[in-house]
Amino acid sequence: MADRFPTTHWSAVRGAQSAEPEERRRSLEAIAAAYWRPVYKHVRLSRRRSPEDAEDLTQAFFARAFEKEFFAGYDPAKGRFRTFLRTCVDRFVANEDKAAARLKRGGGAAALPCDFEAAEAEIAAAGARGAGRSPEDLFDDEWVRSLFGLAVEALRQECEAAGKGRHFDLFRRYDLEDAGAGGITYDDLAREFSLTTSLVTNHLAWARREFRRLLLETLRGVTGSDEEFRLEARLLLGSEPPRHAG
Amino acid sequence: MLDDERLAHLRAVVDLPDLTGTRYRLVHRLGAGGMATVYLVVDESLGREAALKVLTDPDPGGQMAARLVEEARLLAGLEHPNLAPVHDVGTLPDGRVFYVMKYVRGARFDAWIASVTDRPAILRLFVKVCDAVAFAHAHGVVHRDLKPQNIMVGAFGEALVMDWGVAKRLSAPEAPTLQLDAPAAPGIAPGRPAGAAPVGTRAGTVIGTPAWMAPEQARGDLDQVGPRTDVYALGAILYYLLSGRPPFPAGPAESVLRQVREESPADLRRLDASIPKRLAAIVRRAMAKDPGARYAAASDLSADVLRHLDGLAVAAYPESFLERGVRVLSRTRTLAALIAAYIAMRLILLWFTGR
Repeated sequence: MADRFPTTHWSAVRGAQSAEPEERRRSLEAIAAAYWRPVYKHVRLSRRRSPEDAEDLTQAFFARAFEKEFFAGYDPAKGRFRTFLRTCVDRFVANEDKAAARLKRGGGAAALPCDFEAAEAEIAAAGARGAGRSPEDLFDDEWVRSLFGLAVEALRQECEAAGKGRHFDLFRRYDLEDAGAGGITYDDLAREFSLTTSLVTNHLAWARREFRRLLLETLRGVTGSDEEFRLEARLLLGSEPPRHAG
Repeated sequence: MLDDERLAHLRAVVDLPDLTGTRYRLVHRLGAGGMATVYLVVDESLGREAALKVLTDPDPGGQMAARLVEEARLLAGLEHPNLAPVHDVGTLPDGRVFYVMKYVRGARFDAWIASVTDRPAILRLFVKVCDAVAFAHAHGVVHRDLKPQNIMVGAFGEALVMDWGVAKRLSAPEAPTLQLDAPAAPGIAPGRPAGAAPVGTRAGTVIGTPAWMAPEQARGDLDQVGPRTDVYALGAILYYLLSGRPPFPAGPAESVLRQVREESPADLRRLDASIPKRLAAIVRRAMAKDPGARYAAASDLSADVLRHLDGLAVAAYPESFLERGVRVLSRTRTLAALIAAYIAMRLILLWFTGR
């Protein structure tokens, strides 16, 4: 799904408000790619729905968002898109409660390619760690996780396309599999990949640099203004905790 | 799947400055403020530690990068023992602008003060802070965000005024600054804590940190901001040094700003009766709501504090004849005691001998 964020300065949030149906469709897909996981887990955990219900509601939400142009009313001056979208989800779920009989979700729209099973496995693996967290915090945490996941996938695709598979493999081994635990050293990687240690550090530095760029590019795609982009980046990059904000 | 550990690691990875190909080696993060983060690094060419300040946030318009470079140049132009010297400025391989300055070992002023009870020692350090600010003013630079958190006390008792991120050259027009997150009027995000980070800086909005800023800053009156604005903040710092609390209690930013504009802080001598009237008067003058009623310069403020330390009359406090006598006697306590003893001895001799 990472290739849905095509250009450096493109914003799906602005695209979702476009008068062009094709631009809106493409934008909605990009928004769904970044948000389906947080939405699914929000409905599952905060709205306490069964996996089947949460799956239906997530699919229906994005389909209805396209039909009804939910995001056309978003005004960046009034708050962050992330908060706006979560409010839309809550409203949507509440309305579905009121008219449970109307669960013809999606109105025939094509289903999103979401791996709900994987999301369910993540919920099970996280276990009780999310207990006690507010719905807003859970949603925001999942949003951060989703964007990082998209950026990892984007990096993989970019490395593959550029013939730099080894760069990605080093990144995967050092930053994803070992994740800074100290189990693998640069020297270990040098032996494993038959490289010099300095080449390992250079390749890793390149991959990390690209990862940062792709992460910010992905973020830019799901924010509506430079100001929102900057504020969300501050949360995403760890200088502030990812707390919800209006 | 990105579990919590992997996610935390990746967040750290993207936050860290990419020092590949530079002469610096990362040691650890020292702190973050506004939209820049400061790291302890080792300059491997010179074999010494240094502090590297790098933009944290993306900067689509390049304005913040320009501002960081401006901060570095501004600081590089102010060579003073109480200002951290700048060693280097540049762009990292990841495109982020950075500058490197002296790494100051020591404690922040607010942490240092907790371990020091000797009031004259505190005042002497405060005078050094005033001197650094006066030096900047003499070079046409106003800090605009003076607060205890921006002052470091070095291992040898030196005071260093840090974080010139929202400083302004008096001769230059208002530049876009590092802080752009305040909305338009009234300039402060509702409910934002008032004591922590500085707030917005667009023309017509608020610059500085609410708990320490002058009324003209709290009004967003940029035309009025000048050296006397820093004098107010120095007064607020002195208030804190004497009482252990900021002039206005922490709270939502807009509430603190209203108090800064409209109210007077609690009387220092009611908080602590041991604070001399002259010192309380110095703080009152420095923190006058009307900039024209404050000390005209930081050097005047430090001169008054030094006069107090020397037992001399201070400009901020018109003393009565009796107070003057007590002060003079107190200043010349040993001489007065010798004279009193001599007179007493003569009186005793006169009584016994009739001579």
